[in-house]
Formats: sequence, structure tokens, C-alpha cells
Amino acid sequence: MSANLLAIFYLISGVLFILALRGLSSPETSRRGNLFGVLGMVIAITVTFLSIGNFSTVFIYVLILLLLGGSIGALIAYKIPMTAMPELVAGFHSLVGLAAVFVAISAFLNPEAFNLGSPGDIKLSSLIEMSIGAAVGAITFSGSIIAFLKLRGIMSGSPIIFRGQHYINLLLGLSIIVLIFYLCTTQTDSFFWRIITISFLLGILLIIPIGGADMPVVISMLNSYSGWAAAGIGFTLENSALIITGALVGSSGAILSYIMCKGMNRSFFNVILGGFGGSTANKKDAEKKPVKSGNAEDAAFLMKNASSVIIVPGYGMAVAQAQHALREMVDTLKKNDIKISYAVHPVAGRMPGHMNVLLAEANVPYDEVFELDEINNDFSNTDVAFVIGANDVTNPVAKTDPQSPIYGMPILDVEKCKSVLFVKRSLSPGYAGIDNELFYRENTLMLFADAKKMTEDIIKSLNS
Amino acid sequence: MEIDPFIFRLSIFILSIFVGYYVVWSVTPSLHTPLMSVTNAISSVIIVGAIIAGLSGDIKSIFNLSNMFGFIAIFLAAINIFGGFLVTQRMLQMYKKKKKNK
Repeated sequence: MSANLLAIFYLISGVLFILALRGLSSPETSRRGNLFGVLGMVIAITVTFLSIGNFSTVFIYVLILLLLGGSIGALIAYKIPMTAMPELVAGFHSLVGLAAVFVAISAFLNPEAFNLGSPGDIKLSSLIEMSIGAAVGAITFSGSIIAFLKLRGIMSGSPIIFRGQHYINLLLGLSIIVLIFYLCTTQTDSFFWRIITISFLLGILLIIPIGGADMPVVISMLNSYSGWAAAGIGFTLENSALIITGALVGSSGAILSYIMCKGMNRSFFNVILGGFGGSTANKKDAEKKPVKSGNAEDAAFLMKNASSVIIVPGYGMAVAQAQHALREMVDTLKKNDIKISYAVHPVAGRMPGHMNVLLAEANVPYDEVFELDEINNDFSNTDVAFVIGANDVTNPVAKTDPQSPIYGMPILDVEKCKSVLFVKRSLSPGYAGIDNELFYRENTLMLFADAKKMTEDIIKSLNS
Repeated sequence: MEIDPFIFRLSIFILSIFVGYYVVWSVTPSLHTPLMSVTNAISSVIIVGAIIAGLSGDIKSIFNLSNMFGFIAIFLAAINIFGGFLVTQRMLQMYKKKKKNK
């Protein structure tokens, strides 16, 4: 196959990847979009095989590896529970990062295979591109591993902070640039290995100071990095499919990070530098304020007599796996002609769109689920808000107290409802480490229990 | 005067960033999780580099370090491609509209 024809096929698969993302603009077109993506991938892989035309025994090995990896991937995709989606995505990011590093290493060791020159005499531009690809890939890999461990709960979600942390990171970042410069002037392998090692270290150090609930930003950022790494390799391999994809993924991740930061009213650097929330927050506010607490019967009574209810899910719902029970409760309420909608805050959960996936899993139609801007005006003419597993995103302090760390964060105005039902295990503050003023309001009824248990009890009372 | 092929690729890159920017802003927020998993799957197109590395040379050269790294990268990227697309499809299947007569 001629090089020109090959380039055209890569361009086609690049365009198909664009269409795959484009399809996600609505759930109806999304499934077709995903098929475009698959098609693009099949084209890219097939033409690569044809262009090399090496169908010797090696080809069989490659095919076996492809199928082996593929079956493992397929198995994971079918077995993974939806609540584990954030760590799955983090894990997948780490694989892309590592694959980028390995491709860069093979290109460095055997530049002839890629037409990049010969060992010790690699084209300058290729050398720069492959070192950038390898460095970003390595950062993506180790950073995603840390994110995975934190999301999985193997590592504590609270930030790990030590003095001079940011200077060390800065120093490591600068040393990578210096090493790339030396690599280009001397073409010595040892510099290449050092670049990769330092990048692995930098990836770890960048993510450890960031706390658990800031993970939506971290995952989006690592998504973006994996794209830039792919683009770096794409430049090395002179492959337009890879360049297009890298740019798409890179900008996609960057936009998601931006949306997540805006959802918390914090700057990107504030999140990345870390140290927010977790154990550092102090709880000196020890004065006992009166709290109204109720049980499942009270909640069932309130909702049964309401004409409209808005459900506000949060990370706690994911932890308790309460989405199915929640939908069952909603079905019972609907039988009594009660209008139900769901309100999802942009940063609810541990990754962008986390709540939407869980609700979809529980068969909640997506046109009953609303974003913050769409639904926030409806709270004032709603009877009951049912807050399940969310906390900071409903705290009115964000609007009233300029001293508060979450001041200015857009919140769901649940306090405007006639009554608020708040399912929570205890009065402990949320991630931001601040007390939620909502707990002490006249119209709030606290339901102290596990989210799933409480929801099931409410269903029982509704049916009795 | 001839244009360096690098400049040509850079143009593709820059324009794709803009395409990505507008396409991703049009993605509905409720599909942000599938967006992440599908971008993950498509970035595994890096497998083409791994295939080139793995298939270079003949049967005698497959134990070269370069080929070995290529092989591992094929394996890693394959997990991602299949896993990424399938999990995206599985998620997208779950998004359903309200049934009309209810």
C-alpha cells in the first residue's frame, strides 16, 4: 500500500473518531457514534497490518496478543459494576500512558522501523517528539495509578502534603526539559531512561496532594494528558490518526477539567496544587445546634402528601449502591401522581457524569434528570427535596459566608423547598470539612441511616 | 521553497484541537462519563505504533528489546480498545427515554 493511500485511511479513521465524539451530543445518536469509533479503530489497525505486509510467524504472535488483551478488556467491560466506573477510567488511562511510553521506547531503540534515522543518529524533531510523548505518557501512567488507588480506597483519599512539595515538582519538571535538551545534543540512551524515570516520579508526586472529592478534576486532567501523550507519539510516527485523536482527547479532557473546576468555583491551579479538604480541615464549631431528625415513616408521610419531589443524589448514593432502591421508591411515588425530577450537580460523585450513569443503570429515564442550571429555579415551587448522599453541593453557606472555603460555589438551592429530607449517616461535615447549615434549618428533616437501608424502609412505609 | 512535513502535521494538530473544543462543548453533560471512556478507547489508536514496532524485522528479531516493548504495548492498548468501546456501549445502552404512555 502506498504511503499516500495509507495516510488517507488514517485521515478517515481520524474523522470517524471526531464523529464518535460528536454522537455524544445526545443519547439517541450516541450509540451510533460509538460504532463510528469502533469502525475508525478497525480501519486504523487493518491498514497498519496491510502496510507492513509482514505476515510471517510474528504476525501470529501479534494477533494472539491482540486477542488476549482484547478478551481481558472485554471481560473487564462486562464485569465492572457501574459504581466502579471512576477507577476503571483511571485504570484505563494508566494503560494508555504506559503504552505510549513503550511505543516511544521501541521507536528510540529501533528508529529504522519507523523511518526516523538510525540508533545514535535519530532525527532531531523525532527525538524531541518521542521524549515529550514518553514523558507525558509516563506522568499519565503513574498519576493514573495513584488516582486509581485513591478511588479504589486502597490508598487514603486525604491529601498527602509535605513541605517544599511544589518546588520539588517544579524542579523535576525543569530537569525533564534539561534532559531532553541533553538527549538531543548527545543522543545518549541514558538521558532517555532518566527522562522516563523522572516523569514516573513526577506523576506520583503531582497526584498525591489532591484529595478524594477533587478526583473529577484529576481524572479529566489525566484524560487530557493521555491525549497529549498520544499526539506526541503521533508526531513521532507521522500518523495523522494519532495526531487527530491526541488533539481531540487532549482538548476533551481539558474542557472537562474546566467544567469541573467551575462547578466548584475554584481555579485549576487551586485544585492541582492540592491540599484541599480531608483531614486538614478543623471542626472547631462545637456548639450543639438543634437538629430535627426523623425516621422512614415521617419521610414517607411527607413525600406521600407532596405534589412534587426533587431528588438530589451525591457520592453517598454511589457508595451505598442505593440507586436501584431509589428508583423503586420513585416508582411508588409516581403511582400516587407525584411529580419527580432528579437534580445533578456538576461535581456530584467522583467523575464527570458519574450520577447520570448510575441513575441510567437503575433505569431512570434521562429526561427526568436535570443539570444544575436547568432545575435550580424549580426548587422554590417544589414540596420536598430528597437529598441522598450529597452534602457540600447543597450548603447555603456557599452563597452567604465569604469566609467559607466553598464560598461562590454554585449550589443546588434545596433550602428553597417547603421541606428538605436529608439522608445521611451522621452530622459529620462533608469533604470541604465545613458544617452544612442546612442541617439546622426549620424545614429540614434529617434521616440518619445508610442511604440504601433508609430508601428501602421508606418504600416499605409507602406501601403499608 | 518547500514546506516541512512537520508544519503540515502541526496544522492538522492545531485544527483538531479546535474541532475537539467545539465538539466536546456540544456533548451533553449527562454523557460525560461515556465521553471519558470513549476518548480513552480512541486514544488507544496508539496501537498502530506498537504494531509497527512489534512487526519490524523477521522471526529472529522478535526477542529484540524494541520488539518486546512493541508486543507489550499491543497487549496494553488492546485491553483499552476492547474494554473502552465495550464499556461505553454498555453505558450508552442504559440511557433510555421515558416511556410515552404511562
